[in-house]
Amino acid sequence: MDEAIRTILAEHGHLPVEVDKLRDEDDLYQAGMTSHASVNVMLALEDEFDIEFPEPMLRKSTFESVAAIRIAISELAGS
Amino acid sequence: MSSGTAIRVGSDVLSVQQVAESIVRFGDRYLQRVYTEHEICSATGSPPERAARLAARFAAKEATIKVLRPVGHQPDWRSIEVQRHAEGWCTMALSGHAATLAEQAGITDLAVSLTHEADVAAAVVVALCDRTEKAEQSGSPLDFMERSGNT
Repeated sequence: MDEAIRTILAEHGHLPVEVDKLRDEDDLYQAGMTSHASVNVMLALEDEFDIEFPEPMLRKSTFESVAAIRIAISELAGS
Repeated sequence: MSSGTAIRVGSDVLSVQQVAESIVRFGDRYLQRVYTEHEICSATGSPPERAARLAARFAAKEATIKVLRPVGHQPDWRSIEVQRHAEGWCTMALSGHAATLAEQAGITDLAVSLTHEADVAAAVVVALCDRTEKAEQSGSPLDFMERSGNT
């Protein structure tokens, strides 16, 4: 799952740093991901994992790190 | 200005190209998750012009979020709407969680300015916060929402 998340971040996150150099817990917004980029990341994650992020999960914290995204996907995939 | 009034300012800038790429990559799903029907209909013109207008609207939404200062739960993008009037000027209309945040902050009026060039779009939002009204009229509808017809 982590590899797919990182691939999506590399493609849609518009991060000014290499995704591979980010640790799982690093803050993606601090690393330079914008709100608009996070929308694209969300949509790409929905495509990749066949999920839909409900409105209550549309918090900055949901997409703030690789680890946070992994937890969110696990919650949705298990629901 | 009375001693009970405060001003909040938010601004944002966005690459038009990124919005154009989102439209191509995600199509209607991107549009419908982010923009209201009114905003989609207002963003007319050629594909580059449409992307620029939508980018300006996204910048206005983000600038409004900076004014609302949410902690935790972010408002739905569509609950922050740029309403374009026939004369060409725009106002902001809030609903749902965004309206609740505005009410909690005592925001009585919002003003927005949009701009875009071929590559970049930007927006500035100014909010008037009446701290007295916040304390005395919690739960009342917001003036700017009534004027902009967002019910």
